Order: sequence, then structure tokens, then C-alpha cells
Amino acid sequence: MTGIFADPDDAVAGISDGSTVLIGGFGMAGMPVQLVDALIRQGATDLTVVCNNAGNGDTGLAALLAAGRVRKMICSFPRQSDSWVFDGLYRAGKIELEVVPQGTLAERMRAAGAGIGAFYCPTGVGTPLADGKETRTIDGRDYVLEYPIKGDVALVGAHVGDRAGNLVYRKTARNFGPVMATAATLTIAQVNRVVEAGELDPETVVTPSIYVDRILDLGTAEAAS
Amino acid sequence: MTVVPLPTTVEHLGRGPLGRDELAAVVARDIPRGSFVNLGIGQPTTVADHLPADSGVVLHTENGMLGMGPAAHGDEIDPDLVNAGKIPVTELPGASYFHQADSFAMMRGGHIDVCVLGAFQVSERGDLANWHTGASDAIPAVGGAMDLATGAKNVFVMMTLFTKEGTPKLVPRCTYPLTGLACVSRLYTDQAVFRITPDGVTVVETYGTTVQELAARLDVGLRTLDDR
Repeated sequence: MTGIFADPDDAVAGISDGSTVLIGGFGMAGMPVQLVDALIRQGATDLTVVCNNAGNGDTGLAALLAAGRVRKMICSFPRQSDSWVFDGLYRAGKIELEVVPQGTLAERMRAAGAGIGAFYCPTGVGTPLADGKETRTIDGRDYVLEYPIKGDVALVGAHVGDRAGNLVYRKTARNFGPVMATAATLTIAQVNRVVEAGELDPETVVTPSIYVDRILDLGTAEAAS
Repeated sequence: MTVVPLPTTVEHLGRGPLGRDELAAVVARDIPRGSFVNLGIGQPTTVADHLPADSGVVLHTENGMLGMGPAAHGDEIDPDLVNAGKIPVTELPGASYFHQADSFAMMRGGHIDVCVLGAFQVSERGDLANWHTGASDAIPAVGGAMDLATGAKNVFVMMTLFTKEGTPKLVPRCTYPLTGLACVSRLYTDQAVFRITPDGVTVVETYGTTVQELAARLDVGLRTLDDR
């Protein structure tokens, strides 16, 4: 049963210290900014955050980092022109970093959501990112053993949700949302608009309701459409 | 992919090295019609400007789209529609959107015909180094570079052949941290175009220089198409 919330602070209630938090978005496209801001107010700390990037500018994930709440970042591309908050923490030795190839990052979360124990992946063979990992040759090709990344919480930005908990996304803002939604114990999505059950065409639902625990209704569909 | 080989190595003399735009045009010329193609961030993105209107090439962007159109301007700009470099882009008829696991399954699964990447170094066996300088104070960031290098059916690299200091970037062994092993099949540089196979490096064309001059400056064995 999916809960529908109007207040972001209610939507993020109960996130514990030490949680692994999956945060959607590729840069700012699909970034659940209101949920991240609410997480900052909520106060959970000692977090491991999984996100493609390590924050942009001074808002959203960058603000969560600046508030000192994140112990470790798992991401594919932390270094950007506007990632000065992360850069400063990293250079000061105040944050741990695990760099994962982007496709492997997605697949490790997919595996978590799909109940896969581990998988052999060709990406990264022979590179520093495979150091210390088990490798195996299958049909003449080399692979690296990769383990799932399971979240305690996923914060996802979608476009429209229905009262049953189904989600659709918009353009390239879809990115990590559907995968992260499957990979966490508690999935919280923010949407521009919530519609009645039955209003979304079941053929076009991208994230089925079974994966979605809470929806934050931003009520901004007109502005975003 | 079918590529009609040039019959013989061509030395384009009486001219300088290729400019950046000219290099992009040479890469575009070698992309087969109807291919599914991923263009890396930065200079490879400019290859799209040189594809003929009727090329039938479908551009993949790893953040989750096939059928990507040119950069968006003015009213076209939509924060929900960006490319892998986070630049606002447009969508073409026939476009589709998909999530990250699907996007990289497409790549890793060998469905992308060609990807074009930049590089710090390429080795004579086609190893690629393009994600990390190895400097101890650098923040490592890999993005989709390793997935692309490993997954695409054909990996084309475009770069200058020498650093600003004149050091070769086509090398016997990469000294920078690797992105992928034996993955580069074509190397497009300002001074020459190379094919890389398990047999070694073959010069296809030179620009403003000769095979002999390049052989003297590179620490890599060079063959020509005429050596077959």
C-alpha cells in the first residue's frame, strides 16, 4: 500500500542513521531535490549515498554532503565542473569514495532488486577498478565478479504517480529511478502530479506500484508539462 | 559492420594536420549507414554535426535515450532532456527512453555498433586509457567510459597523436590507468588514421606527414595497407 504525502518532511520520516540511501538523477535530471532537502532537515547521518554523481552546486545532494551527513559516496562520476562541495570533502579526507562504472552501478542495483547474489561483468577487466575482485573466463571472455548494491532507502524523481503507487517518468529524467526503486527496502518517489488509480495507462507504467512505498505529490505538473 | 578498405595507404601531403572539425568529418565518413552509435563527451560529440542527413545513424546516449537529436536552444531547452554530458538536447522521430540498466545492457550486450571516445593514450594492441591521469591528487571519475569501451562492437578513438609537449599518445603500453583492454579498433588523430588489430597497427591515411616520419616519432611498429 503506497502512502501519498503532500509534506516532504512526512515523506522522509523514519530514515535511520547509517542507512544506505540510493538517490536518483543524472546531474539534475531526475534528481529528487525536495526529498533530499527533506532528508537534510530530517537529520539522518553517517549515510552511504549511491548516486551517479556527487552533487552539483550547493543544493540537493551537495547540501547533504556539506551538512556532513554522508560517510561514503558510491558513484560513477563524482568529478564535475560544479562538484566543489564533494571535491573539498574528498581532498580533506572527510568522505570515502567508491567509484563504479556507470553500467555496473546500475546493474548492481538491478541485481539487488532482482534477487541476484552476484554476477560476472566484462566491464573493467584489467583496469584498476577490478583490483582485488574475483575474475573468471567464460567462453573465452574475461569477467569480474560484482556484488549487488541494496539500499535501505531509495529517493526517486518521477513525473506522474497514481494513488496505487505506479510511476511514469519523463524523458532522460528516468535514468536511475526505475532501477533504484526496485533495490531499496523503502522507496520514496517525488512526482509532479498524483492521479487517481486507473488514470495511468497500465501499458505505459514504468515502475509498478509493488516497488513504491511512499509518493510525495509536488503538485507542480502544470509547471513541468 | 562492413567497411570497404582503402586499397592503399594515402599520404595527404601539401597540407597541415587535420583541424578538429576536419577530424570529426573523417570519423563521420567511416560510420556505416544505419548504425547505432554512441558519441562520447567532448570532441566526439561533434562527429554528429558531420553525419549526412540521410545517414540513418541513430544516436544512443547512455543516460537513457536512442534517437537523440542536436543540442537544444532557446525554447527547446528541457531540463529533463539532456545528453551524457548533461547538455540539453532534442529528440528525433523514432526516439525512445529507457532506464540505466537497460541503457548499459544495450551497450554491454553488444547492440551498439560504434562508439567514439577521446583518449589520453592508446596502445599498439588497442588498450585504452581515457578516464584517469593517475595523478595522486586527481579525483577518480569513470562514468560510462569502461562500459562503452568494453561493450560497443567497434570502438573508435579520436585524439591528437602527440601531447602539447610532443610525447606520443599511441604507445607500446599505456602508462595511464586503463579503461579497457584491446578494445580500440580505429584510431583517428590529427596526423593519421590507424587500424588496430591483433596483428598490430596499420596506417590508413596520413595528414601533413608521411608514414616514414611517423615511424620515426612513434615507438610503435607501423604497417601500411600496402604491406598486406
